[in-house]
Amino acid sequence: MRMRKSSLFIAFTTGSVVCLALLFAHGAAERRDQAPVINEKRSIVERLGLTDLCLFTDARYTRNPAMADRSTPFQDNPMSLDYFPSGSVLAPPPHLRSYALD
Amino acid sequence: MRWIDRQRNIVDFSLSSLLRRWKKNLALLCVYTFVVFIVASVVFFAEALKREAALVLEGAPDVVVQRLVAGRHDLISSAHMEKLSRITGVSDVKGRLWAYYFEPSVGANYTMVVSEESSARPGAVAIGAGVSRTLGAGEGDIISFRAHDGTYVGLEVARVFSASSELVAADLVEISAADFRSLFGVPESIYTDLTLRVRNPKETIVVADKIRRLLPDTRPILRAEMLRTYEALFDWRGGLVLAVFAGAALAFIIFAWDKATSLTLEERRELGILKAVGWETSEVILLKSWEGITISLTAFLLGLILAYVHVFFTSGTLFEPVLKGWAVLYPRFQPVPFIDPYQVATLFFLTVVPYTLATIIPSWGAATIDPDTIMRQ
Repeated sequence: MRMRKSSLFIAFTTGSVVCLALLFAHGAAERRDQAPVINEKRSIVERLGLTDLCLFTDARYTRNPAMADRSTPFQDNPMSLDYFPSGSVLAPPPHLRSYALD
Repeated sequence: MRWIDRQRNIVDFSLSSLLRRWKKNLALLCVYTFVVFIVASVVFFAEALKREAALVLEGAPDVVVQRLVAGRHDLISSAHMEKLSRITGVSDVKGRLWAYYFEPSVGANYTMVVSEESSARPGAVAIGAGVSRTLGAGEGDIISFRAHDGTYVGLEVARVFSASSELVAADLVEISAADFRSLFGVPESIYTDLTLRVRNPKETIVVADKIRRLLPDTRPILRAEMLRTYEALFDWRGGLVLAVFAGAALAFIIFAWDKATSLTLEERRELGILKAVGWETSEVILLKSWEGITISLTAFLLGLILAYVHVFFTSGTLFEPVLKGWAVLYPRFQPVPFIDPYQVATLFFLTVVPYTLATIIPSWGAATIDPDTIMRQ
C-alpha cells in the first residue's frame, strides 16, 4: 500500500524535530562535559591576568581589543588606515565609544 | 478527527501541487535552507563564544591601568603602583609584564606573558598549542627568540598548554620575568601595565574615577568593559552578526517580493479551477498556507540541523577565513554549545512566518477573483 504524501511529510518533520532535540541534548551534555575545560581556561586567565580571548592574532588591537585605544588601528603613520582584515570584522569596544572615562 | 482528516487531505493536495513544479520548489528549498543555515550558524557561533567569554573572563583582573603617552599605550613604573595601592578599597596591585613578539621565520605573532606564580623557570617557557603547531616545537625543544639587542636567546619548552585551552592560550608564550626583561630590554620596576583588585565590586567605578583623578596620564579598564567588548562583538543586533543578518533579510525580502508578484498563470488557473469545482476561498488560502509552511518549515529544520553540525561538530569551518584574516597562527577551538531558546524562536519567526505570509497574500488576492475571469486569462 502506498503511503500518503501527508504521512511522509509528518514522518519527515517528526524525524527532523527529534534529530534537532537530540542535537540540543548533545549540547546540554557537551556543556556538562566541557565544564572542567572552561574552568581550566578560567584558571589560565586568572593566573596570567589575561584580559582577552585569542580570536585574532594578526593585529594587536584585535588580539587584545579590550586593551586597545581609540587610535590604535590608525597609528602606524599620519593618515594611516586600518588595513588588517580582522579590523573590519571587529567593532570597536563599547568603552572606547563612551566619553565617560575621559 | 474530521478536522485532522481535512487538514491531511489539504496537505496531500498541496504536496502534489509542489511536486508538479518540483524543480523550481527544490531550488527554492535549497536556497532557503542555505539562508537559514548561514544565519543559524552565525547565531549559534556568536552565542557560544559570547557565553564562553563571559565564563572564562570571570578570572580577568578587576581593573587594568594603562599609561598613555602621546595617545599611545606606554610602559608604566612602580611609582604608579605605590599611588594606586593608597586608594581606599584597592587591594593587590600588581605589575603586569606582557608583550607582542613577531616570529619572522613563520610570520606569526605571539603574546609573551609573565605571571608571578609562573610555571616557567628562567631559561624555560610554556607555550600555547598554536605556537607549538607553527614552530613544530614540543616539550624539551629549544626555541630561539630575537632579543632587543639583536642577539638570539634560546629557551627550553617546559610545557605546552593543552589544545582545549586554545581559545585563551593559542599564541601565548609564558616566560619568566628575568627572561622577559632581558629579551625586551625592560628595566626593573617598569611594567607593561598594572592590575588591581577592588575589595567591594560595587566600588569599582568609584575606584576607576579616583585613578583617573590621581593619575591623569593613565586609563583604567574595568573587567565589565572587557566583558562588554565580547558582548558587543557577538551581539546579534550589531556588528558582524548584523551584517550577516542584513544579507539574509535582503534574501528574504527578495523571496517575499518574488512570491508576492509572481503567482504564475498556471498557479492562478489552478486556483480558478479549484474555486470552479467548489472550493471555498478559505480552503484555497489554507492550501496555499500549507504550501508555504511545508517549504519554510522544512528549510528551517534542515538549516538548523546543518548549522548545529557545522558549528559544534566541524568548529564552524566556513567562518575560519573570516577569523583567520592575515594571521598565520589561527586558534583552533571547538565552541561549547550554548543555545538560547529565545534565539531559536526568533529565527523561527524571522524565517517561517514571513515566507508563509508572502505565500498566502497573493493567493488570497487571486482566490477572491471570479474563477471564470481567472481561467480566461
